[in-house]
This record gives sequence, C-alpha cells and structure tokens, in this order.
Amino acid sequence: MLNQLTISELHAKLTKRAVSVREVVQACLDQIKRVDPQVRAFLSVDEKDALAQADIADKALAAGLPQPLLGIPIAIKDVLAVKNHPLQCGSRILDKFVSPYDATAIAKLRKAGAIIFGRLNMDEFAMGSSTENSAFGHTRNPWDLERVPGGSSGGSAAAVAADECIASLGTDTGGSIRQPAALCGVVGVKPTYGRVSRYGLVAFASSLDQIGPFTKDVRDAAILTRVLAGHDPLDSTSVQGPVPDYRADLTGNIKGLRLGLPKEYFIGGMDKEVSAAVQAAVKQLQSLGAEVQEISLPHTDYAVATYYIVATAEASANLARFDGTRYGMRVEGADPNELYTKTRGAGFGAEVKRRIILGTYVLSSGYYDAYYLRAQKVRTLILQDFLKAFEKVDAIVTPTSPTPAFKAGEKSDDPLQMYLSDIFTISCNLAGICGISVPCGFTTNPKLPIGLQLLGQPFGEGTLFRIAHAYEQSTDWHKQKPEWITKQS
Amino acid sequence: MPTPRNDFDVKYVANLARIYLTPEEEQKFGSQLNHILGYIEKLRELDVSNVQPTAHAMPMVNVARRDDVRPSIPHEDALRNAPAKANGLFLVPKIVE
Repeated sequence: MLNQLTISELHAKLTKRAVSVREVVQACLDQIKRVDPQVRAFLSVDEKDALAQADIADKALAAGLPQPLLGIPIAIKDVLAVKNHPLQCGSRILDKFVSPYDATAIAKLRKAGAIIFGRLNMDEFAMGSSTENSAFGHTRNPWDLERVPGGSSGGSAAAVAADECIASLGTDTGGSIRQPAALCGVVGVKPTYGRVSRYGLVAFASSLDQIGPFTKDVRDAAILTRVLAGHDPLDSTSVQGPVPDYRADLTGNIKGLRLGLPKEYFIGGMDKEVSAAVQAAVKQLQSLGAEVQEISLPHTDYAVATYYIVATAEASANLARFDGTRYGMRVEGADPNELYTKTRGAGFGAEVKRRIILGTYVLSSGYYDAYYLRAQKVRTLILQDFLKAFEKVDAIVTPTSPTPAFKAGEKSDDPLQMYLSDIFTISCNLAGICGISVPCGFTTNPKLPIGLQLLGQPFGEGTLFRIAHAYEQSTDWHKQKPEWITKQS
Repeated sequence: MPTPRNDFDVKYVANLARIYLTPEEEQKFGSQLNHILGYIEKLRELDVSNVQPTAHAMPMVNVARRDDVRPSIPHEDALRNAPAKANGLFLVPKIVE
C-alpha cells in the first residue's frame, strides 16, 4: 500500500524505479475514494491534474532528476493559493474563487518535485480548533468518526492520519497545526515566525500565522520544513539566513540536552491519560540522556486572553478585504455600504463574525489602550518568559492539548471553551518561537492519540527535530494506525 | 465568573465591521462576546506600566527591496474572480449621485 509510506520510504522506492509516481498518486486517489466519504478531509481533488503531474514527475525520474520531493503527493489546506485551483478558506464568501498565482510555499514544493494534491478542509479562515467551523461540513477524526480532528488544519491532519496523502501543509496561528496533529496522531510543525514565506497564504493574523507541514514521521517533517523554509522577497516578514539540512540533526543522540518542564502547564484540568502519557514521554527522554528541569513561564495564564485580542484585531483588519467588490460572493445593495454589510452578513460564518466584531471592538476608539495596547504589552511579558527560559534549557516539553479529540458538537456552542482547548499552543505563536507535536501514546477506551509538544528557540527547528526524532525512534506510536484505514480494500 | 460588560453594543460594533446580523445573531453573539470580554478582563491584573508593546515577535524594521520592474499578474487574471465587471473594471453600485 504505497499511500501508507513516508516521504523518505517513497523517495527510496521511486529513485530505484521500483514504483512509478503514477502508482503512488493512484494509491492515494484510491484511498480517498475508500475512506474520505467518512473522514471528509478533502474539499476537492483534481484527479486529472494530479495524474498529469504524476506523468511529468515520472519523466523527470526517468531523466534521473531525484529532487527531494519528486513524485510525493502533498495535500494543501484550503488557505494557500495554488494557481488555477479553487481557494475558499472553508468559507462561502470566497465562492468560486480560483487562485491567480502560486503561494511561495507551493512554488517551493513544485520546485522540489512534489505533486500538489487536493484542497483540505479547515475551520473558516482558520478560526477554530475542531474544523466544525467550515462552511462545507465537518471533517472527522480517523480514529473515531464521532470526534473532531482538531483545527483549524483538521483536514490536513486527518488526511495524513488516514493515509490519503503522504504529507500535507497547514497553517498555525494559535496551534492550528500542532493541536490537530496531536488529536490525529501525526507529526505537525509550527516553524519560527519568519522561517516560511506567507506569500499566497490568506492572512488571518499576520503577526502570528506560519505555514508548516503534517507528516507521518519526524524525518519527513525535517525534509519538508527544509523545502518550505527560507527568505522570500515577496514576504517582508520572512527572515534572511541559511536554511540548514535538518536531516543532519536526526542523530538519535540527545545526551546532555536540557529540557524544561513549565510548571504552569502541569496543573489541574488536564486529562489523566494525557498527563500520564506526557510524563512517561519525559521519562523516556531522560532515559535517552536528556537533562530535565522544572522551569517557569509565569504569564502562561494570560496567553489565551492576549491571543484573542491580538489575533482578532489583526483578523478584523485582514478580513476587511472580503467585501463583495473584487472577488467571491456579492449580495447586491443600493449603495456600497449596504453591499458590504449584506455580503459579509451572508458570506461569513458565526465564528468569523464573532472574531471580526471582537477585533473591531478592541481596536475601536476609546478601547484601543485598554485592550489592544495592553495585550501587546502582555505579549512582551510572554515573549520574555520564553527568552528567559531558553537561557536555561534547549527546548521546552509540554502536552500539545489538555485533552484527546473531543466529540463533534461538544464545544461548538461555547466559544470560550473552544478557545481554552488551545491553552498549550497559543503562547508559541505570541512569542514567535517554533514548536512541534509528535505522537506520545494513546488513551485506552476509546483509543485516541496523544501529542507531545516541544517548543524551541527562534530558528531552533533543528534541535526540535533532533529531540523529536530520538524520542520517536524509541517508540512505535507513530506507526500505529486506525484499523479501518489500513484494511485492504 | 467575571462580570459581563454593560457597554458592549454588538449592533454598533457589527456596523463598524460592516457585518449584517440577524436579531437572533445579535442576541447570541452579544451574550457570547460579553462572556469572552469578561474572560479577557483578566489582563487588567497585570502591571504593564513599564512594558513596551510587541507588535511582532521578530524585530524587523524598514524592510526594503530593490525597486525593480517585475512581471505582475495579467489584467484579466486580476478580474477573473470579480462578481461583476465591465470594460476591464470592477462594477460597483453608484457612490456619488
């Protein structure tokens, strides 16, 4: 079953010409036909286009051009522009939108030989933690179809967990890669702010958004992050500097590395099995030679409140462009104001409306200092917490999410409860540092994945890969799959 | 439980944001957002009088590139997604009488 393999496994088979790219793409298409009616990770797949790309890749293989991702089908969150493909951000307001150009991340995948494969479901405009906010139906968790895959990149996580593609791209503004990766039992990376160009990514919160990969193991995450990373003149917030070959960090040796356990992350409210799995993972890391110490991130408790001011403020400005004038849905009005108001009322879903209204309020005259400016100052305190911690430790270890996947509908009527499910992932975005989630166990009944989060210094992705890889090699969590997913059809 | 805010007028703010809300949405979002604003109040516990604000985690200023002429997307591609267009332009309702 070629669709079950990793990038590195497929790369070896493809370069030996043991299999063709067409066979790989066909295996993914077959898996989508078999399981996606239940999982619903994909909004669309252009089969003809995927097979045409496969034939081009097969020719490149025959010509002996083994680019790092040659012939690897990589599925894309519906928030990244792929030229001549639909882009809707899981929203009705971008009805029938077709991208006029490729995002830089997509151009980099193409250059590396990847097959750009399908559009993945997401919470509308990446606002949510369960993928229930998509205007096009819920994605389900392959481990338990009654449960959510997490969000907002729920489709990206579920598609990889269900072996419908080899890897995928998502975006992470407050945990939208790491949390669904944890809930679906795959690897997810939130690179350092500025590491990956955001050109061609539909902006939610511009000072927090980053693009990152979902993969089946840490080696693939290292390979894919290297392809995506690097300065781009089209994104003035992307950072100059060389991109290391992160595979060199996969040494298996973490002797003497210093890991910090933030005491504020191990308090009440956490699921018992999640807590036990994370503690067992910490012991495992110790037995591999890492030195573990308790640290403090004293402003942790303020991160969610800070985030929901900063992120909504930026979103209210970014989403002003969806007004029915230049693209997407339009509801006619007697004057432009009526046109905007009606279009946005009809086109946006509930969560997007709530966040734009909240963001507008915290920026509005008379409230700016009390909310937005204060939140920016607390953001400084959160950032300083991390910089102080990184004087003592090389990486920070936490659970990715306080609970395993919850049931669909469980939190959808209580936005604040939903926001609090991101409690462990949000600080990383505010501080602009990097993070990764790797599988670290399962709950017993039902069997649901648990994620371990590692947070690293700015541009410390290599250290995260090194730790995550050493841990992964000493476990088999990442190799476990839902039974019905691997069943031969 | 934090106290709900009384001065948050959802209808007024929705209008600033140019979003039409149904009466049911006004009711529901008003109460949900009051609850969220109550939670956000916890930031007042902190003394931030001597703290500089952070707008961006990576301190970068005056990022400039060379002003080179580059190809841009063709006119027709830019108009391709327009809900209404004519003569190579976006069509909108009349703005001035």
